[in-house]
Amino acid sequence: MSQPHLELHEHPPGEPRRGFMTHILAAGIGLLVGTVPAFAGLAFFLDPIMRKKKSGSGDGFLKMPVTLEALEINGQPQLVKIIMDRVDAWNTYLNQPVGSVYLRRTDTDKVVAFNSICPHLGCMVDYKAADKNYFCPCHTSTFDEDGEMQNDIPPRGLDTLKVEIRNGTEVWVKFQNFRATTPDKIPVG
Amino acid sequence: MNALINWLDDRTGFKKLMHEALYENIPGGARWRYVWGSTLVFTFSIQVITGLFLWTAYSPSTTTAWESVYYIQNHMQYGWLVRGLHHFSAQAMTVLLALHLMQVVIDGAYKAPREINFWLGLILMQIVLGLGLTGYLLPWDQKGYYATQVSTKIMGATPVVGSQLQQLAQGGPEYGHHTLTRFFAMHAGILPGTLIAFLVLHIAVFRRHGITVPDPDRAPAATFWPDQVLKDAVACLAVLGTVLTLTIWKGAELAAPADPSEAYSAARPEWYFLFLFQFLRFTWVEKLGIPFGAIYVPGALMAILAALPIIGRWRAGHVLNVLFMMVMMLGIVGLTGLALYNDTNDPDFQASVKQAHVEAIRVEELAERPAGIPLEGAVSLLRNDPKTQGPRLFARNCAPCHRYNGHDATGHEVVKIVEKEKHGPKERIVENPTATDLGNFGSPEWIKSVITDFKGTFAALENVKDKEGNVAESSKHFLEGEMASWSTSHAQHWRVKENEQALSDLVAFLHSQSQRRGIPGISDEAPKRGRQIFETGKLPVGKFETNCIDCHSLHPIGEDMLLGEIGAGPTLTNYGGERWLREFLTNPGHEKYYGSNNAMPAFGGRLLDKELDLLVRWMVGDYD
Repeated sequence: MSQPHLELHEHPPGEPRRGFMTHILAAGIGLLVGTVPAFAGLAFFLDPIMRKKKSGSGDGFLKMPVTLEALEINGQPQLVKIIMDRVDAWNTYLNQPVGSVYLRRTDTDKVVAFNSICPHLGCMVDYKAADKNYFCPCHTSTFDEDGEMQNDIPPRGLDTLKVEIRNGTEVWVKFQNFRATTPDKIPVG
Repeated sequence: MNALINWLDDRTGFKKLMHEALYENIPGGARWRYVWGSTLVFTFSIQVITGLFLWTAYSPSTTTAWESVYYIQNHMQYGWLVRGLHHFSAQAMTVLLALHLMQVVIDGAYKAPREINFWLGLILMQIVLGLGLTGYLLPWDQKGYYATQVSTKIMGATPVVGSQLQQLAQGGPEYGHHTLTRFFAMHAGILPGTLIAFLVLHIAVFRRHGITVPDPDRAPAATFWPDQVLKDAVACLAVLGTVLTLTIWKGAELAAPADPSEAYSAARPEWYFLFLFQFLRFTWVEKLGIPFGAIYVPGALMAILAALPIIGRWRAGHVLNVLFMMVMMLGIVGLTGLALYNDTNDPDFQASVKQAHVEAIRVEELAERPAGIPLEGAVSLLRNDPKTQGPRLFARNCAPCHRYNGHDATGHEVVKIVEKEKHGPKERIVENPTATDLGNFGSPEWIKSVITDFKGTFAALENVKDKEGNVAESSKHFLEGEMASWSTSHAQHWRVKENEQALSDLVAFLHSQSQRRGIPGISDEAPKRGRQIFETGKLPVGKFETNCIDCHSLHPIGEDMLLGEIGAGPTLTNYGGERWLREFLTNPGHEKYYGSNNAMPAFGGRLLDKELDLLVRWMVGDYD
């Protein structure tokens, strides 16, 4: 073995200085062959955030299992489970519970829907009939019947969802989840 | 900057390390023949990088392995690229391994004092082959499943401990979830880990002895950096280019999902094991038993390889070693070539490959549907698919007598393999059909052919012979029966130009009764006119002597009335449609069908209801 030289960039004595091009080419090609698989892999890994959302069929509204008549005007809100098909990579699960909403009729032809998830940290809020408010058991966030914040714990009021009354009695809700902790309502996914 | 470098160097001594790594002395200058080791390290790095990323999306279980690979390949961004790089680099690695070994032997780099390093290299070779073998199974497709079955069965043929070894590898007596988890642990953990350990030793020992230079005075000495690095980098670029080209041009294959209940006649090991496959196929090797061909002979070759450094000590030893190397390589290349040649000239194998390809495309087509892949796995998509199962069921149940466009519906000729003496040469004889080709059953052409040329349509029945070699009685009944003579005696009508339309109307009427998809409705004009002819026998020129309804009954779709009477000839209600075919197949000898004239077996008890359903739906084209 040759005696090690401790200066990194020194050339072995008695040899002509290597061509500049040799250095550049050796480093350049070496770098290229190394980065191709790494970049391919990285691009692959970033799939979840780069994926274009598949546009589902329809307008995103779901028919609720309660009719308008079943809801009393200004009565107690009703908790309704949201049943949807859920796609998990290559599998499609049909009719899976994916969340729930509170429905409250505020007028003859008006229904308000809240996503039951607390905008604070994502627990599920309970409606307390005695206090006429929504209460989150995790960090005591409280909201009034209109979904407005009653204390400073949550960052915003309960998330309202779009509601449509179709064919006179059917209640249709556009179910969405929103990001927790932000003062603004930002849809997830 | 310098201060930082010095601070780091004081604590790590990295400068010395870098220097040793980069400024290795190469007497005689950098050369292309030294690149093989570096290309191997490079391909292994590709495998580690792409392998780790594939790991983030692969799911090893019998119901998710194929599905996750399918998802990687077809739905994740650049999944095809990462998988393609991994797939083809694995093959490149085997080729480079062979080249590296040959170069080492030819240059005598295995000789003292480098024996240990040579042995380390042989161990590395085993690990790489092991990685190839375990990786082949992971997609859990038909190809990998059946090829790996052979490997584990060979394992099971090991004397004394075979069965235990096989069960340990498989994670049980049969393939299942644990076969995949075990193969995956081997492939992604144990084998690469061991490989890295041995690779470190291999390179360390290599650096200790330096490069083996055949002629040091050829050129002035050089250092590894940058001269040899440049050559190595160019070689790696060439490897990468080849692998990328194959990825883009061919793409990593994914066969249909593994189905233990479906034989896969297109099974072959990965191409670099084909030589062993071919060797095991020789009759004389077969006679000596599996352990001989699959364990003792390869074992003996490995033992000779390991002994090269010892043999190399004699004066003539090196020449002998190089000779051995060459003979072995020639043998491997020759056997591989022979295997490929045999397969290319084997029509049955080619048909199987084609069928496998069709099924691979079909399952992806089914998986793309909105319902996605069911939880029990993609294999169920094919199992419930008439387009896939129909031909298979036909081949198994109908093709012994019938044909489908000349073959058995899966693209295979119907043949008989005759062995004149035990273990003697095999002869492949194409069998004659003994019943009609059903390739166009129920189509207008078929109906027309039955009407105008009954005898010709069913001529294959003449191949049914009795003991004396004459046409069997049952066939004569059919070929000389009433319908046959009706067809012959009425042939004159169809030669009249004015009757052409009438024939086509009659055909349209019968065809519409099948209610197959996409055919003209019964309310269309042509079927309406055809019905008149069916009932009255009146033609523009001439008239039937015997009407259709004199022998056949038919219950027109959507009507209460039955035309004709059940009993004389087969009923034509829903003829060629799902119901007719299902009932007919269940019991062709029923009085509604062939009655006492029937010679066809009843499939009512032979096929499961589900199988009958798949077969019928395929035959009438009821699938998407």
